[in-house]
Amino acid sequence: MLKKLNNIGDSAIVCDFGEEVNQTINNEVIKLFHYVRKQVELGNIEGILNCAPSYNKLIINFDLQKTNLSNISDFINLAQSKKLNYIKDKKHWIIPICYDFEIDLNNISKELKLDKEEIINIHINSTFFIYMIGFVPGHPFMGDLDSKLFLNRLKTPRVKVPAGSVGIVEKFCNIYPYESPGGWNIIGRTPIKLFNNKDNLKPSLLSPGDTIKFKSISKEEFNNFINDK
Amino acid sequence: MTNSIFKVLRAGMNTTFQDEGRFGLQHLGVPTSGCMDHKSFTVANALVGNKKKYGVIEFAYQGPLLKLFKGKTKIAVTGNVYFKIINSNNITIDGECNRSYDLNEGDSIDILATDKSAYGYMSVEGGFKIESFFNSVSTLVKARIGPNNGSKITLEDKITTNKNRKNENNFKASILPENSNTIRVLKGPQYDFFSEKSKKLFFSQLYKISNLTDRMGMRLEGQTLKNIVNTNIRSEGITKGAIQVPADGQPIILLTDCPTIGGYPKIANIITADYDLLVQKIPGTNISFKCIDLEEAEELYKKKNYNISKIIKDIKEIN
Repeated sequence: MLKKLNNIGDSAIVCDFGEEVNQTINNEVIKLFHYVRKQVELGNIEGILNCAPSYNKLIINFDLQKTNLSNISDFINLAQSKKLNYIKDKKHWIIPICYDFEIDLNNISKELKLDKEEIINIHINSTFFIYMIGFVPGHPFMGDLDSKLFLNRLKTPRVKVPAGSVGIVEKFCNIYPYESPGGWNIIGRTPIKLFNNKDNLKPSLLSPGDTIKFKSISKEEFNNFINDK
Repeated sequence: MTNSIFKVLRAGMNTTFQDEGRFGLQHLGVPTSGCMDHKSFTVANALVGNKKKYGVIEFAYQGPLLKLFKGKTKIAVTGNVYFKIINSNNITIDGECNRSYDLNEGDSIDILATDKSAYGYMSVEGGFKIESFFNSVSTLVKARIGPNNGSKITLEDKITTNKNRKNENNFKASILPENSNTIRVLKGPQYDFFSEKSKKLFFSQLYKISNLTDRMGMRLEGQTLKNIVNTNIRSEGITKGAIQVPADGQPIILLTDCPTIGGYPKIANIITADYDLLVQKIPGTNISFKCIDLEEAEELYKKKNYNISKIIKDIKEIN
C-alpha cells in the first residue's frame, strides 16, 4: 500500500510504500512502476521523464514545462484506486559465478565461523529477487540471503572492485557491472556483461522484478567465457 | 563535400557532446546526463539557426582548439568564455559569446577558458554527426555511454557536422548576466532529520564550493550539520539538484551525472529555475541557500522559461 507522496524539489515525486523492505512491498512498487510506464507509452500522461523503483519507493521525474507536482500527484492517487497488474512476465536467469577469486571469502569464513564450502553452498542455493537496478547502469540489488550470511559493509570501502564482482551485505546481494569503488563483501565473480551500451532496445540484461540463481563455474570456464566474447 | 570536418588540436579539460539528456532509463541505472547549463545550451542552438535541439560541444574551464580542415560551417559559443578565431591567413579576432560566426576551410577556433564560470558550449549549424543512444547524444563518460564511444573528445579526433553552412547571415543574442550567489531551494524529504540549530545554520551560513566538484556533484564546505535521526536512509531514487548530507555533515549537491540511487538524507533541493545559475559557480565561490515554497518555485520556473524564449525571439541579425 502506498503510504505517502513526497516531493523532491519541484520536479520529482517519491511514492513511499513504508519503511519495510520485503518482496511483497517491492512487488507493489514494481506494479506501480509498470503502470506508470504503460500510461506514458499510451500517451495518457504527459511530461514524465523518468520513473525508477527502489526497495520501497518509486521516484518519478517530470518536465516542469509540461506538467507539475499537482498533476502527477493526482495521476498517482488515481492509480491507487485501480487494481494494478503486472504487464510483463518476470524473467528467471541462471548467472554463472566463479568462487575462486577469493577476494573476501576467507575473511567472511572467519567472521561468520562457517566453512567456505558452506558459504558457497548457501549462496548457490539461494534464489534472488531483483528489488531494483541502479546506482550505475545495469547494477542489480537482490535479496533475500539466508540470515546465516548476514554481514555489514566493509569498514573501509575498496577503491577498486573488479567488474563482475558479486557482493553481499545484510540480506542483499549485488553484481558490480563496472570496475568501481565498493564496500560490499565480495564472494565471487561473473563473466556476464550486465549492460550493453550499444543495444538500443534492451541495454540492461536484468530488470527489476526478475529472479536469479547462480551456477558455479571454474576459473578455466570463467576465462573461456571471457575469451569467447 | 556536403559536410564539414574539424580536427581536434587541443581537447581541453572536460570536453564532451551533450544534448538535453537521456530520459526513460533511470530504472536501469542510467543517469540522464546532458548539458549542465540548459539555458546556454538552448541559446547556442538558436544562434546558429537550429530549430532542433542538436547535441553541442560542452567544455569546462579550458575548452578545445579546433581546426576546420574541410568544408564551411557556422558556429556559436555561449556561456562566459574567452575564445579566438584564427582564420586561414592567420588573422586572429577575439571571439564574442552569444553570437554566431562563419568558419571556412583552414579557420580555427581556440576556446581558451571560461571566465568566472564553469561551463561553455559550442554549437554548429545543422548539428554534429554523432551516434545517438536511446534518443540522446549526451555523453556519460563514467559508463562509456553516448557518442565518441562514450569518451571525452580527445586530441586528433575528427568531428564531423551534419551539413555545410547554408545560412550566410550571422546572429546575436542579448543575455543579461546573472550574478546572484543566493540559490533558492525547497525543503527536502529528510529536512526534519536535522537539529533545529542545523536547519537554521543551513539557511544562514555561507557555503564554500569545494574543488571536489564535477558533473556528478558539488561538494560544499561549511560548519557541520547535525543529523539527529539517522545518517543513512534506505537507498532510494535520487535526482539532480538534491542536497544530500552524509554523516560528516557537509552537504553534497547532486548534479547532472549523479548516480540513480542514493542513501543519504536530503535536507533540501535546488529549484529547477536556479539550477543553471548554480552549476556555473566555480570552486571557491561562497553561496547561500534561501528557502521558498513550491508555488514560488513553479512561478520562477515559468518566468525563467519565458526569459529564455524571449532571448531567442529577440535574436538579431548582425549587419
